[in-house]
Amino acid sequence: METTIAGKNIAVNDEGYLTDLNQWSREVAEAIAQEEGIQLTDDHMPVIEYLQEQYKNEVPLSIRKVGKSGVVDIKGFYALFPGGPLKKASRIAGIPKPASCI
Amino acid sequence: MKNVVILGAGTAGTMMSNHLAKRLNDEWNITIVDQRRIHHYQPGYLFIPFGTYTEEDIVKPIEKFIPERANFIQKPILKVDKDNDRVYLEDGEVLNYDVLVIATGTDIAPEEIDGMQGPHWHQSVFDFYTLDGAVKLHRALENFDGGHLVVNIAEMPIKCPVAPLEFTFLADAYFEQRGIRDKVKISFVTPMDGAFTKPIASAHLGHLLEDKGINVVPNFNIMSVDGEAKKITDYEGQEVDYDLLVAIPTNKGADYVERSGFGDDLNFIPTDKATLQSKVKENIFVIGDATNIPASKAGSVAHFEGEILLENVLRFIDGKKLKDEFDGHANCFIETGHGKALLIDFNYNHQPVTGTFPFPGVGPLNLLKESRMNHMGKMAFKWIYWNMLITGRHIPFVSPTMSEAGKNLEEEINA
Repeated sequence: METTIAGKNIAVNDEGYLTDLNQWSREVAEAIAQEEGIQLTDDHMPVIEYLQEQYKNEVPLSIRKVGKSGVVDIKGFYALFPGGPLKKASRIAGIPKPASCI
Repeated sequence: MKNVVILGAGTAGTMMSNHLAKRLNDEWNITIVDQRRIHHYQPGYLFIPFGTYTEEDIVKPIEKFIPERANFIQKPILKVDKDNDRVYLEDGEVLNYDVLVIATGTDIAPEEIDGMQGPHWHQSVFDFYTLDGAVKLHRALENFDGGHLVVNIAEMPIKCPVAPLEFTFLADAYFEQRGIRDKVKISFVTPMDGAFTKPIASAHLGHLLEDKGINVVPNFNIMSVDGEAKKITDYEGQEVDYDLLVAIPTNKGADYVERSGFGDDLNFIPTDKATLQSKVKENIFVIGDATNIPASKAGSVAHFEGEILLENVLRFIDGKKLKDEFDGHANCFIETGHGKALLIDFNYNHQPVTGTFPFPGVGPLNLLKESRMNHMGKMAFKWIYWNMLITGRHIPFVSPTMSEAGKNLEEEINA
């Protein structure tokens, strides 16, 4: 389905995750972050870019993996995206939420 | 003479030795290396804690399944020297290869979680991803008369991603059979946002947890285990107390991968997801749980990969273009307890949906729906595994790539 985010028509799934990373922009990220109760700053961006990069390379993500990335440590990751950092950060980054096969 | 060396004689490696033995001409030597002597039917681990299978039911000698023309070396691997096309074994033996097939799988790494190992390991904290762990968990369950059973997934990816859920369902049925279900609280503690994470599976199966009275603790990223206080803590400070912890620790590839310098941070090997050629070097191929491809780590996946990998090894030897056809196909039975099971059949592009399998509209198996027939399929699979799967025989009516027929794929719209 389509919804309007930051004044643009964006394709999302039932849970509000982007289904096409090409439609992502900083403005879209800021609007989604606000919905998640997060004020996006420049400190968030390296983490978002790292997540997008991993997604493009089809690497499964976990909190521990992000913590070992060198981009941010686990404590910092929670501080930037409080309350479910990987889930929230994925949505803001325009990539699917972490999932299992079923 | 030329050499193909296979590392690992588990599901994928044994199967590839049989495939290659049938198709490679006499110019080729086949060598297969594994430090173990015994082949485990790993899908059987799940049933050991509940006494459905015993240890003897799921083990056979590796050599029984290695083809006559292949040479089995029972030794640990030190490292692969990719630049010189050599494998070093721990005792100093050197194997030269023209083509290397890596099938060394994945194993649990409880040492990755603070405090998981210690005097409580296999006393009040167990795994069921090893035969040893499953056997010891069986004894612990027999002596468990009530309290809090906690099943925890540390992080993805893990081998057989549905097994933790199956274990939880089987535990519910097990305690019910023993007449003590009301004395046991069962919690499923997961880093994901629910026990089911795919929208269609969630819609069809979400009720199972509630029906069975299983408490789900989502978004829990385990940081540490306190074996003395019997509690697990996540990175946000959330705590869960347990009496018996069934842990699914971080999964990692084999240690020699790290020593060889070509794995990712969990020792999984960068691999092309469609051809199964490694991204390490063109004469190295990878199959099964050892790869980093975004497919499930499961025996069925290794089986489907096998037919495509065989073709690609042969094409590589002939200098032909590789077939880029592997689609991530997986097919898994999911035990739900009380003699019933689910079946899922999916690939890179399609999540599990409802339908019939393998014959469209007929079945006899149902997709994403509980049935006794699915459970019978799961139990019959042990015979298929020993007699067809690892011996590299084609399983009738089931193609390596996923069939779209008989699946209600329209469910995927918006999901």
